[in-house]
Amino acid sequence: MTAPGATLKSSLDIKKIREDFPILSSEVNGKPLIYFDSASTAQKPKVVIDSVSNFYKYQNANVHRGVHTLSQEITVAYEKARVTIQHHLNAAHPHEIIFTKGATESINLVAHSFGKKYIQEGDEIIISEMEHHSNILPWQQVCEEKGAILKVIPMNEAGELMLDEFEKLLSPKTKIVAVNHISNTLGTINPIKAIIELAHRNHTPILIDGAQAVSHTLVDVQSLDADFYCFSGHKLFGPTGVGVLYGKEKYLNEMPPYQVGGGTIKTVTFKKTEYADLPLKFEAGTPHIAGGIGLAEAIKYVNLLGLENIAAYENSLLEYATIELNKIEELRIIGNAKNKTSVISFVVEGLHPFDIGTILDQLGIAVRTGHHCTQPIMQHYGIQGTVRVSFAFYNTKDEIDTFIKGLERAIKMLK
Amino acid sequence: MSIEEKENEIIEEFAMFDDWADKYEYLIDLGKSLPKLDDNNKTDDKLIKGCQSKVWMHSELIDGKVIYTADSDAIITKGMVALMVRVLSNQSPDEVIDSKLDFVEKIGLTKHLSPTRSNGLLSMIKQMKLDALAYKQLKS
Ligand SMILES: Cc1ncc(COP(=O)(O)O)c(C=O)c1O
Repeated sequence: MTAPGATLKSSLDIKKIREDFPILSSEVNGKPLIYFDSASTAQKPKVVIDSVSNFYKYQNANVHRGVHTLSQEITVAYEKARVTIQHHLNAAHPHEIIFTKGATESINLVAHSFGKKYIQEGDEIIISEMEHHSNILPWQQVCEEKGAILKVIPMNEAGELMLDEFEKLLSPKTKIVAVNHISNTLGTINPIKAIIELAHRNHTPILIDGAQAVSHTLVDVQSLDADFYCFSGHKLFGPTGVGVLYGKEKYLNEMPPYQVGGGTIKTVTFKKTEYADLPLKFEAGTPHIAGGIGLAEAIKYVNLLGLENIAAYENSLLEYATIELNKIEELRIIGNAKNKTSVISFVVEGLHPFDIGTILDQLGIAVRTGHHCTQPIMQHYGIQGTVRVSFAFYNTKDEIDTFIKGLERAIKMLK
Repeated sequence: MSIEEKENEIIEEFAMFDDWADKYEYLIDLGKSLPKLDDNNKTDDKLIKGCQSKVWMHSELIDGKVIYTADSDAIITKGMVALMVRVLSNQSPDEVIDSKLDFVEKIGLTKHLSPTRSNGLLSMIKQMKLDALAYKQLKS
């Protein structure tokens, strides 16, 4: 553990890394920006911004359509991006990588298409108490449509899923399990390998919502044996509006398309349509080409730094901030899992998170306040909302010091 | 005092502060000194839902004037609520309906009223005006 006052050691050159992110040198409300909201969306390095801008400047054409050179070149580049993502997740095939507009759409796709094919009245779907609304609502809707039943894995006071309870919920009626890899509100890193094994022992496929995980940890979908794994590009330092669904070939082949239209077909007559093979079957319409290419750049950038180095450095930020926050008397950290990523939610006795966030904003410090799209977690702890700080590898110990001073000032003003 | 006179009064008060912290401290004090709405008035039909902070607003028509009382669970929002109540309460329905409330911009707190702010304040102002409109129609 790093003693307070010492600089955090890292194999990463943080000062240099910060120069890769243009926005980090900007000012907000006349103060240097301190961005502690990377769990909402991460900032973008210059390589990503340039790849998006170069696409529109020099490469713009539609993919999978044209005979002309630009179109062919961009199709190659776009499919290369898919392969970069495939390798990053260690998926068996490029066509198991479906481009979507984000984690939310990926989950909706699975809920819709898997639900249509495999879920019937009286079947059961298991999610957890700590899911983002994006991994609750699509399943609730399937349950409503099909007359299926939603079951929920409970969590303990520390904010850890109770696996013995999960085992009890599994039954021959369970058709799919959907849980997050890392909780966006609590920072809990769930033991997904064990969760996947339990589901598979019950012969139930499982979707992992990796929206919060991919920016902090390496994911190997084959060694995890995940059936579906999804995330958003924008939380992985890539563009907004692009995301990924990984799915095992056998499921994706059997599932009907989610949206239909241009690009998803082999032949169309007014009588019958024959759908295209994977992945195009699930990619209706012109995709977010610049997004896909930018996301591949973001992945290359992150891999250059090394996700292990990133995780080690972020852990030191997490430890330091946790120690400093715990020194504030009226403050209570929500989510104390043993295995946690660099996300800290907290409440201050008698103060509204919104007020704290408003004062911090005046100081140039960006935090998130509210229920973070996880109202069931708020209900579990009997609170309205929290203040949440989340760190990425471009954040520093100095920023945490400034934030703690700002927080103390906010508390003093608001008391 | 007319709405405009009250707005000018507030603009003068805020002109005394040269930094944001003094301004917010004053706002927080205003929030703290606004009488709480009693719990039986904090019902769901009086609740104006923002995504984060809640605002409750109650109105009555007394002697041709609209009387507003309001509350919030967040203190900065409550300070803004106090300003709105001070400006709009005890005016005729017509005056409330026609008010522009540009003092908010002049005291540099516009961002609390932007539609992206999730504090329910903008919806409160809308509701205050809708209530005034209802009283006006009731009279005629
Ligand atoms: C755990 C989790 N799942 C899903 C989502 C939804 O991601 P998006 O809004 O990018 O689709 C988020 C975003 O906050 C998240 O944190």
